[in-house]
Amino acid sequence: MRQYFFDTADYLKSLLVGDEVYTAYLSGEDSDFCRFNGGRIRQAGSVKQNQLTLRLINGARHAAATVSLAGSKSSDQAALTSIVAELREQLAELPDDPYLMYATEVQSSDSVRASELPDSRDTVAQLVTKSKGLDMVGIFASGSIYRGFANSLGQRNWYACHPFNFDFSLYLRADKAVKSGYAGFHWQDQACDSKLHAAREQLEILKLTPKTIKPGKYRVYLSPAALNEVTDMLAWNGFGLKSHKTKQTSLLRMVDAGASMHESVTMLEHTAAGLSPDFSSAGFKRPAHVHLIERGQYKDCLVSPRSAKEFGVSTNGASEGESPESLEMAPGSIDLAQVPEVLGDGVYINNLWYLNYSDQSACRMTGLTRFASFWVEGGKIEQPLNVMRFDESALRMFGDHLIGLTKEREMIMSSHTYGQRSVSSVHLPGALVKDFSFTL
Amino acid sequence: MQQARIDLVKKLFKQTLPAVDFASIRYHNDRDDQVAVRQGVLEPLRTGQDEGVMVTVHHRGGVGYAATSELTESGVRTAFERAVAWAERLGKAAVTNFSRIDMPHHRGEFKSPVRKPWESMTLKAKVDLLTDACNRLKRGSEIVDWAAELWHMRTDRLYLTNGGGEIFQSFDRMVPSLVVTANRGPETVTRTFGRMALCRQQGFEILIESGFNAASERIADEALELLAAPNCPEGKMDLLLAPDQMVLQIHESIGHPLELDRILGDERNYAGTSFVTMDMFGKYQYGSPLLNVTFDPSRPEQAASYAFDDEGRPAERQFIIKDGILLRPLGATVSETRADYDGVASARADSWRRPAIDRMSNLNVEPGKEFFDDMVESVEHGVYMQTNCSWSIDDSRNKFQFGCERAQLIENGKLTKVVKKPNYRGISSSFWRSLKAVGNGSTLEVLGTPNCGKGEPNQAITVGHASPPCLFANVDVFGGE
Repeated sequence: MRQYFFDTADYLKSLLVGDEVYTAYLSGEDSDFCRFNGGRIRQAGSVKQNQLTLRLINGARHAAATVSLAGSKSSDQAALTSIVAELREQLAELPDDPYLMYATEVQSSDSVRASELPDSRDTVAQLVTKSKGLDMVGIFASGSIYRGFANSLGQRNWYACHPFNFDFSLYLRADKAVKSGYAGFHWQDQACDSKLHAAREQLEILKLTPKTIKPGKYRVYLSPAALNEVTDMLAWNGFGLKSHKTKQTSLLRMVDAGASMHESVTMLEHTAAGLSPDFSSAGFKRPAHVHLIERGQYKDCLVSPRSAKEFGVSTNGASEGESPESLEMAPGSIDLAQVPEVLGDGVYINNLWYLNYSDQSACRMTGLTRFASFWVEGGKIEQPLNVMRFDESALRMFGDHLIGLTKEREMIMSSHTYGQRSVSSVHLPGALVKDFSFTL
Repeated sequence: MQQARIDLVKKLFKQTLPAVDFASIRYHNDRDDQVAVRQGVLEPLRTGQDEGVMVTVHHRGGVGYAATSELTESGVRTAFERAVAWAERLGKAAVTNFSRIDMPHHRGEFKSPVRKPWESMTLKAKVDLLTDACNRLKRGSEIVDWAAELWHMRTDRLYLTNGGGEIFQSFDRMVPSLVVTANRGPETVTRTFGRMALCRQQGFEILIESGFNAASERIADEALELLAAPNCPEGKMDLLLAPDQMVLQIHESIGHPLELDRILGDERNYAGTSFVTMDMFGKYQYGSPLLNVTFDPSRPEQAASYAFDDEGRPAERQFIIKDGILLRPLGATVSETRADYDGVASARADSWRRPAIDRMSNLNVEPGKEFFDDMVESVEHGVYMQTNCSWSIDDSRNKFQFGCERAQLIENGKLTKVVKKPNYRGISSSFWRSLKAVGNGSTLEVLGTPNCGKGEPNQAITVGHASPPCLFANVDVFGGE
């Protein structure tokens, strides 16, 4: 695909007239998907797609279109010729864009991540065998993911990886289940077995009589997966420059009213350690890391080229939505094995679900426990917990109410597949929090 | 869609059709355009042109699909080979014997009833219209961000089956939006029009029918008013929900729990399960006797009206809940065969790259008998909430908490003080039984959302919800910090 994309880029240049400039971003995949229910196959298939976003620029005017490439030279060239003509017609009707910023410094790159993937149908057949006797539900996704950037100034960037992601849960009954996942680049049967085994062990605890707790304030442990749901909410609009300048960030009270988090909280967009490419869809190179929150204080924003122009600062290669794609949180000092003991009496939360803001200006969010969450008493896991709703400010969770973070962190590869497979990831510790409000 | 593309897909299907129990090809030719003006400046135009096919086979008991944008004989043949390979290799491990499912093979057409199409206005006229609407949002120095947008989606679909099925459907949808944000110190409020709650199969007529052209000043003034308003009070009280909040209430606590694939467990790893079980259909008291809910693909302008679903089944209006009693699930041909229970034509895919799954399409609360003023007058102590801004519900679709942009107290039968950050929470299985009044036909609004997420791999699709305002008794209400 790499050569096809670069050949297409050369062809695009031949279509330009006068001072026109183009940028092109390719986002593609050749993926296999298999969906399971009850350890059996509900839907299995393959998706091959390549989306090209072409921007035509003339002076301060620009227009863009995203098209699906067919993969055959003659039809793609015909389609792109017609699209360039359409964009050119649009430019004639458009005003100058005061916030246009495009990559003019040529920074080419090439990155292909090594991997070893068995035939997907073989893997799926194995997963069916491994799940015998289990109510396993979930999805296996595997195959190639591509990102490419090119422009008429000669910049060429390529990124390819070939990951797999087996995102699954084992059900006991109704809503009592254990959620787990196995993702990476080199499939290892033994590693998959140990993930299934660990989930199976937690399933045993779910067989105990579940406990329903009353609404109120509790000590809780949020696993990295649960914490990921909280940081996902912060990522929604918490870290972008535009949301800060227009007062819509959920961290408004940190930025404008002097609020701070616990000094052990440090968050960064760590592109160098994540899975996302180090170039943006607009062709800007991303720094290795951007410190967003350092020792409890707000530090830097993610800045897209458009925001950079609008607010007169430099871009740091953020995507248009200015959300982190490789969020990392610094570890703490609590041993994972000691978590139940430190928790004492409280709730061990393995997963949270369906978070949303109940008061965005106050960074207060609501959501629910999901999958295997447990009641802990006297430092021991005692019973599974029935679903509880919480409503709590992340400024308190990561502020006065934070007891500590775990030493161990988990790298979680996103299993999201809206439009196409994601290359986002997070690297997070677990968090112990006191006075966490359950409301229903 | 050009006739040439239809002919090409028909030819490719004929040339590559494998010898299997069931085979289909679903061709999509989609175009979407977004034009937005923010703070008086035209945002970058967004245009999407998306074309490809999904082939599906049922073979030796198994199921397989493959999606490709390579519309050549070799491209489609390879796709069929991949689909057949999945079905052949893993058929014995399928959740059901797919070869025994009686898939539909109908012929027909559908076209959205658009009066003023997207192309009837020049780009400049669209930009001028949005610039005017946007500029009218800036009603004071405390307004810190403001924007107006039009989003148009056109989807042409051709569906062919190996049993002679041939369906062509063309959908035109429009989503108009206004957004205004006001700030004072540590407090920010946002008021919107349309956005995620107003999507219809219409052209520019939607702007007049929905009141878009006159909405800028109103929502800007309301945002400024909210800045100065106290928080919504906390307590149990009567709750009157406007149609633009009913959309969300119907969607999350009736639509999703009644999707048959959730009840069968397909979604348990992602979108969740359901508190509804198969034994409830035909007898479960889902809501008060005032609650009547229809699956209605026949209302012409509604977002998810169609003649056939994406498995080629003819769509018709059906009562899902009648007089409060749960009647049937939102399950299409494959799911209803697995469950052995009658469903509806609700198999849908969001694009050529995804297989069809059970969806809610248009799911409407039927009008009752009350005028809006009479419902307000009947309340001694309560609150009227408008426009969803926050949604959260548990994986069984039971414990929910929703937030709105704006609320007004109802005191002794009158709408009084405006309050900000209104939220309420409840439990689906008991909430709908507290329904005590339903607005009449004059209060009904036809709304919808373009972004309902579900499925593995994930899909985001358009759904429609028409509803009058509804009044609920004794609801747990609260505000912000």
